[in-house]
Amino acid sequence: MKHIVPPAGLLAAVALAALAAGPVAAQSARDYISIVGSSTVYPFTTVVAEQFGRSTKFKTPKVESTGSGGGIKLFCGGVGVQHPDIVNSSRAIKPAELATCATNGVKDVVEVKIGYDGIVLAESKAAPGLPLTLRDVFLALAKQVPNPNGTATLVPNPYKTWKDVNPKLPAETIEVLGPPPTSGTRDAFVELAMEGGCKTFPWIKAIKDKDENRFKQVCYTIREDGRFIEAGENDNLIVQKLKSNPNAVGIFGYSFLEQNMDAVKGSVVDGQAPTFENIASGKYPVSRPLYFYVKKAHVGAIPGIKEFVAEFTSRKAMGEEGYLADRGLVPLPAAEYQVVAKKVAAMEVMPPAK
Amino acid sequence: MAILTPAETRRRVDASLRRRYRTERLFRLYGLVSVLLGIGFLLVLFTTIVANGYGAFQHTYLRLEIRFDPAVIDPDGTRDPEVILGADYSQLVKEALRSLVPEADDRASRRELNALLSTGAPYELQQMVLANPGLVGQTRELWLPADDEVDLYVKGDVPADADGQRLSGRQLAWIGQLAEAGRLDRRFNAAFFTQGDSREPEMAGIWGATKGSFFMLLVTLVLSFPLGVAAAIYLEEFAPRSWLVDVIEVNINNLAAVPSIVFGLLGLAVFINFFGLPRSAPLVGGLVLTLMTLPVVIIASRAAIKSVPPSVREAALGVGASQMQIVFHHVLPLAMPGMLTGAIIGMARALGESAPLLMIGMVAFIVEVPGGPLSPATALPVQIYLWADSPERAFVERTSAAIMVLLAFLLVMNAAAVWLRNRFERRW
Repeated sequence: MKHIVPPAGLLAAVALAALAAGPVAAQSARDYISIVGSSTVYPFTTVVAEQFGRSTKFKTPKVESTGSGGGIKLFCGGVGVQHPDIVNSSRAIKPAELATCATNGVKDVVEVKIGYDGIVLAESKAAPGLPLTLRDVFLALAKQVPNPNGTATLVPNPYKTWKDVNPKLPAETIEVLGPPPTSGTRDAFVELAMEGGCKTFPWIKAIKDKDENRFKQVCYTIREDGRFIEAGENDNLIVQKLKSNPNAVGIFGYSFLEQNMDAVKGSVVDGQAPTFENIASGKYPVSRPLYFYVKKAHVGAIPGIKEFVAEFTSRKAMGEEGYLADRGLVPLPAAEYQVVAKKVAAMEVMPPAK
Repeated sequence: MAILTPAETRRRVDASLRRRYRTERLFRLYGLVSVLLGIGFLLVLFTTIVANGYGAFQHTYLRLEIRFDPAVIDPDGTRDPEVILGADYSQLVKEALRSLVPEADDRASRRELNALLSTGAPYELQQMVLANPGLVGQTRELWLPADDEVDLYVKGDVPADADGQRLSGRQLAWIGQLAEAGRLDRRFNAAFFTQGDSREPEMAGIWGATKGSFFMLLVTLVLSFPLGVAAAIYLEEFAPRSWLVDVIEVNINNLAAVPSIVFGLLGLAVFINFFGLPRSAPLVGGLVLTLMTLPVVIIASRAAIKSVPPSVREAALGVGASQMQIVFHHVLPLAMPGMLTGAIIGMARALGESAPLLMIGMVAFIVEVPGGPLSPATALPVQIYLWADSPERAFVERTSAAIMVLLAFLLVMNAAAVWLRNRFERRW
């Protein structure tokens, strides 16, 4: 009997040996661009990536959807092929994050603003429609609201219907489906809509100068009594739920509204409907800029970064009639576009964090 | 206690019997209802998925006369692949469309006309010419994919008068004309099975994700089966009974119940951050899934070894076989069907996993079909997740279609496990 060596063990040993040899070769070079970051920017970056991969000799970039915060963490991990080259973000990078970047050796970062995203409050087509103001939004969704009797005190949110919030609104119960705190859409919604409504109370606005944290706690905390429902990161799911529930209001990005106009409609906020034109001109109050950041140290080391950024910022992609506008990106106004294009052409890096 | 009359006894016994029969019937009914309820939910699930998804296996195509104009593709006649790659193939498509609908003569209407065809169509021409440069100068009749909005309209998902109809009245009229002329038809959607991911629904396919899943499962199988079987043999046949073995045994059972996302975190920390393996590679995915599958394989293999009767071992011992010979000549062959079944079921579970892959960068947009376990890839469940989150309406049916493909794979694997068990299992 010769076959005493267990074949199973041998196989495993061979496999492990192959594993040990593999990674070294794989990591010494990367011939594709690696992009991480915001799930809001993901639908736009992927379109550019695909276009870029198909029409040039470079490989199609790999785009991961990790969320802005998670993406920036990966991006700032260091310089080298195992770290991503570009990060998408649905908010500007924070000074603290830039400082982390610098500590890890990522010193030269190029900021590219690509356009705007509107956050809409939408309802089913069957609903009568809610002409809201930012103040209504804040009063309907905050955990604590100013005392209805007019004194400068806070009470737990007592409002049950939209009519309670504002007598002009219909007597429908408040039921809002929105993204969870991990989402960039939620951050932007809170900063733009909630804070905007919060500031309409002068005495709360006064807190901001005295105690920033207290101000944020008052304005940014969303009620937890079941009237605001966290519907997960999936915006399509919110659209589906709105279809079956005419009373509910959903919060999501403009591109989902644009793709589902037959089923849902956007609510007017402060007298402005969430239309392409209103978001681009800045009239619609709940809109935010979108960015991506490029690691300058990788330009030249990883093939195609310069060309990819050029494709992204080209007029046919990012311009007013570009293909990203067809996908729901609200493009930069012409003057702002000129500034961004010039910055990108020169690969101008951001000033170091203070 | 009073003595009962025979009639009274009889009555009481009958009553109690009736009661017992009734509870038994009720109990059976509960069982039946729960089974039926389960089947009912399953049916609802399957019918919604199939009803949503079957449309994706077909797509609307346009029949166009494409002239591969040398002046557009390769004006200098060099046949240089780089020139062929960079040519503007959309011109060829636009030319062909214009000859079909001559009344679209101003810029705005031409733009609308061109929007009927997928923006991916020029790339199909590019691929054709790259594969066969001899095409330049010829004219071919080709079926090219229509835009996803056109497809939704033709399939009746978005009726012409719906508020959200993104096609203009003019475009709808052209679609009618083209259909009349037999130039617009629904055909089998081959791209869905042969392409990688794409942001154009009509160009998006599951082949990239399928290959990613395949490489991942290959790594998982190659690692978890030998390791799992070896561990099971050692624990069953060789390990001395001691508290240490008991601790190991309890821990293996615990590991089988650990949520899979934890394995993803472990994979991120160990394989990517410590060993420096590339992100998004099926190799890392396979390693993570190995950790997840290993306990399942060990438990199933141990059960299979346990089911081999001791008489076989004693008989072998009796004719002078060594411990090792007993295991490899007698126990292992008899236990193999059970082990394989366990491995297949473990693999089927690994195939459906997406949570641990999130942590190691496999939730990504990857167009190129992966060539090996080290190229970036996604997996089938991840592809489903990504499509479910895409704003374009046409991805809804593609999501369901991808679920159907994944379910088909799972069904095949589980059926294989059942077949193996029935075919090779021995009863003692």
